[in-house]
Amino acid sequence: MSTHAHAAAIDPHDDPTTTTGIPNKKLIMWTFLASDCMFFGCLISTHLIYRLHPAPGALVAKNVFSIELTSFSTFILLMSSLMMALAVDAIQKGNLKSMRGALATTIFFGLIFLGCQVYEFSHFVSEKHMTITNSMLGTTFFTLTGTHGLHVLIGVIWLTSMLIYSYTGRLTEKNAIDVEMMGLYWHFVDIVWIVIFTAVYLLEYVS
Amino acid sequence: MADAIAKPSLLTKDEPAQPKALVLYRPTAKTGLISWLTTVDHKRIGFLYGISALFFFLVGGLEALFIRIQLFRPNNTFLTAQQYNEMFTMHATTMIFLAIMPLSAAFFNFIMPLQIGARDVAFPRLNAFSYWVFLAGAIILNVGWFMKDGAPNGGWFGYTPLTTSTYIPGHSIDLWVMGLQLLGVASIAASLNFIVTIINLRAPGMTMMRLPVFTWMTLVTAFLIVLAFPAITIALVELMMDRLFGTNFFEVSNGGMPTLWIHLFWVFGHPEVYILILPGMGIISEILPTFARKPLFGYPIVVFSGACIGFLGFGVWSHHMFTTGLGTVATAAFAVTTMAIAVPTGVKIFNWIGTIWGGHLRMRTPMMFALGFIWLFMIGGFSGIMHAAAPADAEQHNSYFVVAHFHYVLIGGSLFALLAGIHYWFPLMFGRKVSEFWGKLSFWTIFVGFNVTFFPMHFLGLDGMPRRTFTYDPNMGWNDGNRVATIGAFILGIGVAIYFIVMIITYFKGEKTALDPWDARTLEWGIPTPCPEYNFRVTPTVHARDNWWYEKHHQEQIAKENAEHEKAESEHGIHMPFQSIYPFVAAVGILISGLSIGAIDPNIGFFSGAAAPHDVIGRKLGIVLIGFVIFLIGVYLWALEGNEGYHLHLDGDHGHDHDDHHHHS
Repeated sequence: MSTHAHAAAIDPHDDPTTTTGIPNKKLIMWTFLASDCMFFGCLISTHLIYRLHPAPGALVAKNVFSIELTSFSTFILLMSSLMMALAVDAIQKGNLKSMRGALATTIFFGLIFLGCQVYEFSHFVSEKHMTITNSMLGTTFFTLTGTHGLHVLIGVIWLTSMLIYSYTGRLTEKNAIDVEMMGLYWHFVDIVWIVIFTAVYLLEYVS
Repeated sequence: MADAIAKPSLLTKDEPAQPKALVLYRPTAKTGLISWLTTVDHKRIGFLYGISALFFFLVGGLEALFIRIQLFRPNNTFLTAQQYNEMFTMHATTMIFLAIMPLSAAFFNFIMPLQIGARDVAFPRLNAFSYWVFLAGAIILNVGWFMKDGAPNGGWFGYTPLTTSTYIPGHSIDLWVMGLQLLGVASIAASLNFIVTIINLRAPGMTMMRLPVFTWMTLVTAFLIVLAFPAITIALVELMMDRLFGTNFFEVSNGGMPTLWIHLFWVFGHPEVYILILPGMGIISEILPTFARKPLFGYPIVVFSGACIGFLGFGVWSHHMFTTGLGTVATAAFAVTTMAIAVPTGVKIFNWIGTIWGGHLRMRTPMMFALGFIWLFMIGGFSGIMHAAAPADAEQHNSYFVVAHFHYVLIGGSLFALLAGIHYWFPLMFGRKVSEFWGKLSFWTIFVGFNVTFFPMHFLGLDGMPRRTFTYDPNMGWNDGNRVATIGAFILGIGVAIYFIVMIITYFKGEKTALDPWDARTLEWGIPTPCPEYNFRVTPTVHARDNWWYEKHHQEQIAKENAEHEKAESEHGIHMPFQSIYPFVAAVGILISGLSIGAIDPNIGFFSGAAAPHDVIGRKLGIVLIGFVIFLIGVYLWALEGNEGYHLHLDGDHGHDHDDHHHHS
């Protein structure tokens, strides 16, 4: 392998090969997230619109949700964002070992969140008798939170790949931009969850 | 595929090949089928988009002719009502998503990187992926023609509850829903790529306010696609969930509201009309200055107007819904924004007139189409502004007046601009040009045919003829208008046929052209034909807005500058991306999954006759999973093979240098 002239000192915040100095990967991720905002925006709008126009005899969300569990998993997801930030910081400083620890914790927290969601879904279906077909709340709730869960799952798979490749030598400090790009995605998925937690869960407990 | 896995040819002799898995060796074929399946060259991908778009343009045109034959006389029986529904649904869907959008994408791909002095787009493999997913979506949309349930027949707007399984239980809508979702994925992926390319891959000196207007409009259009397509994708996902899994999004008996679909659809649908017209406006803004031999009049205002249209385009969607009963305030607000968006559009028209005012006009074929565009688009704009008045719109809604309006902006606007663009850039792409006689003959035939077809529709609409009815009574007073329109449609068809037959003949034995045959102004015209894979021998330095014009008038300075830069760059060589098969593999996986979701009948066995429902659902799921696994393998190997490239040295023996470390993709 030939070594590249400026491979030695990579400034994560300035890419000399682009016009603006912003790395292409970072820019495309930001643009994609703008697009993803619109995806979630439409799903959240759908949920809120149908919340305002309940059919007669519709399920009462408060009777279905268990806010304690969701608060816990929300907290865990937020902590995973912290670990993700530490992972990005570590690889930008060239500290591969510390990045591995932070990545593994991020994955672990992500899995806890997903586990909580799986439990929550099956609990709602079997105990609370809310399914995706039997009520509008079930339809919008499972579709919206399921889409978010899918995002978390993709993130976990992506992070796990990175963790593995950090051991095989494919992922080194030269790939700081890849980890940073992943981090943007992960933080976005977290922020969307904060919006969902507020608009779908907390809103039911107001007044 | 043996020739596609030639391993070490891109490595220099003294550099041993790195050991790696066989699947990660990169294809190197430069000709033949494999070269097209694995290409990452933006110009080749542009050709692929162009060819596909023209094919579907032909299909959509035939569908239009069938519609016009059916309406030629009252109580005609050429088509059944069901066939007529399929025709108008697929005519609109095909023309919008499979003809005009990909034809614009062809120009985005081919022209935009050349205009900004780039050697490719920012993510070449993603660009290939966008095309293949587009093709998968196009196949899924059209596969219904060959199936029992027929082609999609719920209108291009797909209003619920008509499109729910209660009213259209067959697969036609499943295929439509699936196909459009994939086209959305393709458009968004391509647009992300274009945005990064325009922002990040500009040549030195190419500031944003020096970008050619076509590139500016590409940027605005890409932002519109990225922000508008999610709305229809979510609407389609919700409809798909309703149809496949029995959810309640649009199930009225469980509290679903059809109005939600209409809102989501038009939140996408209105920006979509600007997605269709802005590239055309960009093309016109390139052609008029070239043939008027003057710089574009008021460049910053044209750019600003384009961006302004993009912003306002998100705030006018409910003017498609004035008759749904939005309430007075909402109706008034959307009427006002709709009138407001006419302002930047009008500003552009005046700028184009200002550009040709006092110019030394050369009336070549591209210029004819461009002037036709201004005239016809203006007529479409006038009828458009009439719809902004909500009370008048209530009268015109769902009538042929609307059909006349949007064909004036879509054919007279978008399509005329694209036809102008094909003529304009044909010499750059193929080194030949269409003879003026045949070019102008096709222009006049298309121009006359178009107006004869669509002008009478204004009157038909105001006389109360509704859209989407497959026939009419002889005593309604619509006979003459329809007869004239159908005759016009055939004149238009003949014009389009002349246009493309002449184009094909020209491709093989047209008049050969030299470099820059139109004496044009922007960077792409400095490139020889056929365009080399690396585009620019030396990365250009941009000094002015119309930089090619500047180069032509400062040849000494440019020659000196290029010599210096070539020397500096020769050490490093030109970085080229490797080809890759994995975008194609990923798209094949998507196609298999999509077809399975859309087309496999849960009630009738796919392989055998009748099977138990759960059996078939298992089979359906199985095939979806097979497609998904292929997709996953494609994406994973795509990531694993990495964004490697090689270095091309133009001087010397074209030796290549291998470089794993390039950290731009």
